[in-house]
Amino acid sequence: MKVSELVEKFDLKVFSGSAGLENEISGGYVSDLLSDVMGFAREGQVWITLQTHQNVLAIASLKDLAAVILVKDFQPDEDTLLHSNEEGIPLLGTNMETFEIAGKLYMELTA
Amino acid sequence: MLKLEFNIIGGDFNQAGKASSKIKKKLKQLEIEPATIKRIVVATYEAELNVVAHASSGKLIAIFESDHIQITIIDCGPGIENIDRAMEAGFSTASKKVREMGFGAGMGLPNIKKNTDELKIESEVGKGSTISFKIFY
Repeated sequence: MKVSELVEKFDLKVFSGSAGLENEISGGYVSDLLSDVMGFAREGQVWITLQTHQNVLAIASLKDLAAVILVKDFQPDEDTLLHSNEEGIPLLGTNMETFEIAGKLYMELTA
Repeated sequence: MLKLEFNIIGGDFNQAGKASSKIKKKLKQLEIEPATIKRIVVATYEAELNVVAHASSGKLIAIFESDHIQITIIDCGPGIENIDRAMEAGFSTASKKVREMGFGAGMGLPNIKKNTDELKIESEVGKGSTISFKIFY
């Protein structure tokens, strides 16, 4: 599944990084601890979090993640948007809570 | 042999990860195996972030040898009182601000240990720490 299909399916907002919308998704990872993501997320995963600062994008880029989804209508910081555009990693948003969007993504990817 | 050096500024979270990102690009150019690059990136980022989160300044030196990379991070910081405790998963001395950002969960040094082949930590309280590690390609 591509990031663009996920955006359409769950009506996600694309804040930035649209160059990466054709990234292929290998799975998902849910965490608000950045070292946890650094240590354990895998390439091509979509990262669901409520952290909005630019270190999120630094980690997403270093880990070759497919996209980042911010939950509960959290808004990204300005430099997070810049970093997302530079790296071509989509920064997405939803009004759903983590449990709900993670559940939907899980169902979608394992269906 | 190729050597890259980076200055790291304590407290500057905007720059955190820049050195790791440049090292990653160089490893890709050198066509190092992706799984090995991933291990190097995790260990290097955590070491870089430790300087940003705890020290006033530091230097990261990466030496690319034919069969391994050697990374040394020297910081001017508070030093580590008890290295064994610092190596324990979950142990952290990070500030409230750092924790709110999602760092400081006590996973940094364990992540470094897990991803390196040789790791050496030297520290003097009140002066700073030197972390050096090797990862074979």
